[in-house]
Amino acid sequence: MSEQEFMISMKDVNKWYGDFHVLKDVNLNIKKGEKVVICGPSGSGKSTTIRCLNHLEKFQEGSININGTELIEDVKVVRHIRSQVGMVFQHFNLFPHLSVLENLLIAPTWVHKKPRKEAIETAMYFLERVKIADQAHKYPNQLSGGQQQRVAIARCLCINPEIMLFDEPTSALDPEMVSEVLDVMVELADEGITMICVTHEMGFAKKVADRVIFMDAGQVIEENEPNEFFDNPQSDRLKLFLDQILSH
Amino acid sequence: MATYTMKEAKPAPSANKGVVFWLRENLFSDVKNSLLTLFGLYILYALIPPLLNWAIFDATWSGTKAELPSDGGARWIFIVEKFDQFIYGFYPESLHWRPNLVAFLSVALLVSLKLLKNNKVKIGLIIAFPFVCFVLISGGWFGLEVVETEKWGGLMLTILVAAVGIIASFPIGIVLALGRQSDMPVLRNLCIGFIEFVRGVPLITILFMASVMLPLFFQDGIEFNKLLRALIGITLFQAAYIAEVVRGGLQAIPKGQYEASEALGLSYWQGMILIILPQVLKISIPNLVGSFISLFKDTTLVLIIGLFDILAMVTLTNSDTNWLGFETEGYVFVTLIYWVCCFSMSQYSKAIERKFNTEH
Repeated sequence: MSEQEFMISMKDVNKWYGDFHVLKDVNLNIKKGEKVVICGPSGSGKSTTIRCLNHLEKFQEGSININGTELIEDVKVVRHIRSQVGMVFQHFNLFPHLSVLENLLIAPTWVHKKPRKEAIETAMYFLERVKIADQAHKYPNQLSGGQQQRVAIARCLCINPEIMLFDEPTSALDPEMVSEVLDVMVELADEGITMICVTHEMGFAKKVADRVIFMDAGQVIEENEPNEFFDNPQSDRLKLFLDQILSH
Repeated sequence: MATYTMKEAKPAPSANKGVVFWLRENLFSDVKNSLLTLFGLYILYALIPPLLNWAIFDATWSGTKAELPSDGGARWIFIVEKFDQFIYGFYPESLHWRPNLVAFLSVALLVSLKLLKNNKVKIGLIIAFPFVCFVLISGGWFGLEVVETEKWGGLMLTILVAAVGIIASFPIGIVLALGRQSDMPVLRNLCIGFIEFVRGVPLITILFMASVMLPLFFQDGIEFNKLLRALIGITLFQAAYIAEVVRGGLQAIPKGQYEASEALGLSYWQGMILIILPQVLKISIPNLVGSFISLFKDTTLVLIIGLFDILAMVTLTNSDTNWLGFETEGYVFVTLIYWVCCFSMSQYSKAIERKFNTEH
């Protein structure tokens, strides 16, 4: 398969924080519409990997290609890539001084230069989709964690992204709110958007992922389709990791 | 195993309410507290009645200088007589309507900013306002008689210096604060150098420098107005303090806010103006207003370089041989004016804080 047919392709990506080698020769090829879950112990570089994809983190060696565009240090290129990539954060990162609706309008009106009226229609459509349209005029701090995360997902969808990145989207949520967020993500997955999700929700991984990737110490250790990944882990480190997260 | 039924919420016990309860709880809860309360009451008793007697009951509001009683109450007639000078300085009496109109327009602007919906009109008004004010006060256009800045004075000058200082220093301070956080070392060090230099020097020095040194740089024919020099000095001084207040605010914004705005594809300036600065300014309101209030009071220092603000006008009128010995009344009046202005600013800031609170 040639490089152009991959939505995302990372080649030998290396990254250092000072002297600390965080990413070691990370290679990752993801096809359009593919759902990939990345898991691994904390500090394994999984968040850093997906944060490299929209240039929230710089990398020193290797190359990244997003939907046919080579990611280079150029303001225009970076903005072009970011306009196709939505990112959902662990701590939601909604803008607290703006209402829910205004949070959703910022990118469409200022980055994509859509008319406000059209942007509002789109925003309301996606708020409807994440079942939170009735809260459109509230402020983020008036919502529960689960609701805030769903707004954050809707905010990404408003820019009509090719790729969605999820960086531990449920880790900061109270347990009873995890499922409302995962439900929205499952629904999204069914629609064929390309998704990379860093998460420890193994149920979610089994249900939606086409592929599960295990990272440790800045490297990809193992990748496989979900059933094999969980039932038949190859490396000792993955066996240990699965033991630790599934044993209780 | 056991199960429990849900309980209804009950009203709080009523013995914990009422005036007597409050008094006992707060003022007379034990011996120490009671003594302090009594002591406080005694101080109020010793201060308030004499003050009221002097300021109101024994005060003289009218009459001429010759028939004023020399004992007892305040002789406010001095303030009444000299009121115009305190407010307008040496501004020609026949033209007092011009500063008055500016004052009225300022209020009208504040009200219309509250009522208007259209942002473009609002911004237009804000941009046009300083020019209108300048033309009105200074004259020279539309057949308005020119009034030299030497004649500007009194409360009018105090407010003008403070307003220009506050409004002009605000954007400069924000840019300095952003520059101080820049990735570019040259820009960053320039900003740090400027801020730290200005903050290490008293305002009075800056005013002296502005009035004595600036002309040295512009020897050839460029005659810089004295007031303009003071305004530039004050603006730069204030900008350094605003920059530090804003920097404090910038540091309080979680990193995730920057990341989210970047991830959505906003440019640096879009992210700053739409996302970061609104939050920074909101949390900085108390410090910003504190800094504005101290600037308002610092404007009295322009007297050093020969500008007559309200305090200088009071000092000046006290040396009028017809009206000797009215310092007390004059300074009490000025104190009151300063307090009213500063207290209003502080109340206004509280109102804005409430308005921008989106927590609940």
